[in-house]
Amino acid sequence: MTLLPVRIGFLPLVDAALPILARELGFAEEEGLALDLVRDMSWATVLDRLLYGHSDAAHMIAPLAIATTLGLGRPAVSLSAPFVLGLNGNAITLRTGLAAHIGATGLPGDIAEIGRKFAALALARKAAGTPLRLAVVHRYSSHNYMLRYWLRGSGIDPNTDVEIVTIAPPFTADALAAGEVDGICVGAPWNSAAVERGVGTVIATTSQIWRRGVEKVLAIKTARMEAELDLTQALIRALYKAGIAFVEPQRVDEITAILARNAYLDGSAAAIKRVVQDKVLFAKGQDPLHVPDFMFQHREAANFPWDSQAAWLYAQMCAAGHAVPNVQDYESARRVFRPDIYRRAIAATGAPMPGASAKLEGSIKQSLGVGTTQGRLILGADGFFDGQSFDPDAFGALVKNGTIA
Amino acid sequence: MRIAIIDESLARAAVIAEGLRASGVTDLTIFSDRTGLVARLQELSPDVVLIDLANPSRDELEEWFAVSRAISRPIAMFVDRADDSAIEAAIDAGVSAYVVDGMKPDRIRSVLDVAIKRFNAFARLRSELDDVRGQLAERKTVDAAKAILMKKRGLDEPAAYAALRKAAMDSSRKIGDVADALLTAEKLMEGL
Repeated sequence: MTLLPVRIGFLPLVDAALPILARELGFAEEEGLALDLVRDMSWATVLDRLLYGHSDAAHMIAPLAIATTLGLGRPAVSLSAPFVLGLNGNAITLRTGLAAHIGATGLPGDIAEIGRKFAALALARKAAGTPLRLAVVHRYSSHNYMLRYWLRGSGIDPNTDVEIVTIAPPFTADALAAGEVDGICVGAPWNSAAVERGVGTVIATTSQIWRRGVEKVLAIKTARMEAELDLTQALIRALYKAGIAFVEPQRVDEITAILARNAYLDGSAAAIKRVVQDKVLFAKGQDPLHVPDFMFQHREAANFPWDSQAAWLYAQMCAAGHAVPNVQDYESARRVFRPDIYRRAIAATGAPMPGASAKLEGSIKQSLGVGTTQGRLILGADGFFDGQSFDPDAFGALVKNGTIA
Repeated sequence: MRIAIIDESLARAAVIAEGLRASGVTDLTIFSDRTGLVARLQELSPDVVLIDLANPSRDELEEWFAVSRAISRPIAMFVDRADDSAIEAAIDAGVSAYVVDGMKPDRIRSVLDVAIKRFNAFARLRSELDDVRGQLAERKTVDAAKAILMKKRGLDEPAAYAALRKAAMDSSRKIGDVADALLTAEKLMEGL
């Protein structure tokens, strides 16, 4: 059988695991695909390669797929996300002195309490004319939106009370060390890098802000996906199988050794293993602590693209002033996530399949069996730190009425 | 027209700058270090920013451009105005450009054309250099293999070379590969 060539662009992050494993563990080949991976150092490059045909699909921060579809900052090109590559995995690290000042000494604390102290610090710094500068990894990143959600929920305005800038992950520890920024919100393993250098202390993981926050997706140009549905579905199945392998505990050493290779993350296998096992180094000199919700690559149907996740991201883009709310954009944004394509690809494998395509985000207080069209599916608590939940349709109605401005 | 060239490779940036100067653009500044990049760019206030496609600072720059849209000199991705084939050629060559709104498209196009040509020329140059380096390395390997044959089999140099060449032809391999295999074997046998 001739294998179909498929190229996937990625950044060297732990949540690029599934495309890497789909290739290295033979799942792509089983699905008739010759998978090739293209590593880059910025999302702008990953996106350019996807838009101009250097790659067929990409590992991408979910909000960037939405921003590209809506044409924010560049001409619109419709992208689709038929598969979620990971939930959460990010953390907020402050310069060590500032972390101590708000009482964060290297243990996971009460995020609402930390938020109140952080807000007080931010307002004091603003009043002193030296507002806190925080780095996120991209304008259209879940890091940015989760951070902003937490700041707003803690009583400060992310647009006026602090400065939020973009710094590429590999430079975040340098920026903290140089005093260029006071804090960073970045993915694994870059918080650990800052902590190990002694320049920062982790004050919170983003899973404390939203326990099941959507993070990376597989992005494909919509026109391409629709023209080559068979190829898309084969790719989704290969990624799904990689997800099953990822969560097998006895494969952890094999998997982290693959991810650590020069061509992929080019990092320490031990540090990557820690992340894969949901262990976070909060402060220098301490032992890494297990954070059960830290990162999801597969469990709890994490790969299913709930369109309510896209709706939440769009709501945050509006709140940040990145998007101007209107019904058409709301619908386009929601439609970027394609549970229908996921279903078609996976149905034949007998995998558990949610019956719905959207959910009330943040509403599950304790593990809950959910309606499925096949298999059994238990979803864990998915709450937001402020106890709110997000109803995509209610938000859509507000957009329609013009009550979101 | 004021142009900023951002490239981690100073050599490539110099090659592009030279090309642009030759085409009459003289107001050029090169940046190769990311520290304080945005602030320095802000101060320079360029009309066009040329940056290598894979530069790790691009997300940082795009954020600044997105914010600066709302300020006095809005910067757009060149894709807003250039035609598709020009963009594709640029991306294929490995260069990306950002342009201040209101610049004349034909002037941008000529800058972009120079950048694309120079990027391609630089890539060619580098691959030729790699070839030369490869040839040098091969010659060293062959010399070392010849020395072993001369010592172990008492051959003179032309005979040692002929033996290597014959072995290469018989096994349809490159002479460098045969020489490399001989060196590996020699190392394994530790001079036995």
